[in-house]
Amino acid sequence: MHSLSRNVVMVALLAATLPAHAHKLWLLPSHTAVSEPQWVTVDASISNEIFGFERAYPVESVVVTGPDGKAATVENIAAMHTRSVFDVRLEQEGSYRIAVAKPGFFLMYEVDGERKRARGDDADKMLSALPDNASNIRIMESHNRLETIVTLGAPNSEPLRPSGKGLEIQFLTHPNDLYAGETAKWRLLVDGKPAKGLKVELVPGGTRYRDSQHDWSATSDKEGMVEIRWPSAGRYFLQAGTSDKKTSHKKADERRLQYLGTFEVLPM
Amino acid sequence: MRVLLTACLALLAGQSFSASFQVDVEVQRLRVAEYHSPYVAFWVENPDRSTILPLGLWYDDQEKWLKDIRQWWRRTGRSQSSPYDGLTGATRPPGKHSINFGELDGLQTLPAGEYTLVVEAAREVGGREVLRLPFTWPAQEPQTQQADGNNELGSVTLTIDP
Repeated sequence: MHSLSRNVVMVALLAATLPAHAHKLWLLPSHTAVSEPQWVTVDASISNEIFGFERAYPVESVVVTGPDGKAATVENIAAMHTRSVFDVRLEQEGSYRIAVAKPGFFLMYEVDGERKRARGDDADKMLSALPDNASNIRIMESHNRLETIVTLGAPNSEPLRPSGKGLEIQFLTHPNDLYAGETAKWRLLVDGKPAKGLKVELVPGGTRYRDSQHDWSATSDKEGMVEIRWPSAGRYFLQAGTSDKKTSHKKADERRLQYLGTFEVLPM
Repeated sequence: MRVLLTACLALLAGQSFSASFQVDVEVQRLRVAEYHSPYVAFWVENPDRSTILPLGLWYDDQEKWLKDIRQWWRRTGRSQSSPYDGLTGATRPPGKHSINFGELDGLQTLPAGEYTLVVEAAREVGGREVLRLPFTWPAQEPQTQQADGNNELGSVTLTIDP
């Protein structure tokens, strides 16, 4: 078989076996740039609309890295019906990386011909809880990194250092230094290494008030670099994804990586 | 005498036959990561919108998204509940579709006047588009109107045969 048509078949098979396209997952900070110490509130939701609350996204695993690279104070974590919320204390000058990025597993199986699925963070536990007559069992690893960055005073880069795990962005342009009409240069990394050929999709906030998504995309070059020109001020949803076989659990046959970022662009 | 005969024939015609009110709609084929067929609503309104006649609705039993057919929702949808007025059915895949509303009681009793057929499409995680096709009712002779959409809808044609 010609390699191109084989790839097409592979992609089609993959698409057929993956769960229905997920809605968008996002964090939304109340502010991204402030000039005195204060609390900022972050919402987390799963929705079609950017940024309209629909279903709460769990945020118990939120980690906020402060300007000194150490964990910052988070309070009032709560799951409401349509969103989760938490407060972050900005005390020290500099930037704060807010990330919800706990890896998990996605289990698919059949019982008496009926398709079932489950999510969890302990693959062994999930597999041992399967009914005896489960068939066509497939387990995938899933890394969703929801991220947003906020700054008190001047931005700094210490908290933005990539962890080296999963799909991340190396911010050559600081994410709290985005202005309408300017271009950000960012590098996509998978496990800390430049990831080429990945598509980054962007959607401006406020989809409720217009007739089209106004989304666009950029693809990373061989250095993993993407250039994003911000058409206007506002908040943007960014999504990138890929998959590979580098699973942490031997029964998992695929690792799905997603980066879901929210960035604010200010008027010039 | 001839006038009377014509009137009788017209009356008979009005009772036994209804005009054909055919709408041909093209649902656009779009290359997007996440595709859902659009919800499409059809209705008739007069210029000051004092008359609104719902003709039909294509949707997939998910009432959640009905508000996204924004004009239809405002003009008629939000004051209805399932089953929705007119000819309803599931969403249609990309391609050309034809539907005839001629048999609807509401059209047959619609007072004479100038009207607009409104076709509105809204797609989950996609876009929204509204097309308007003017017509005169009742039709004395065949009428054809066409409008072209830019994103969600392709060509929409209204053909009325008295």
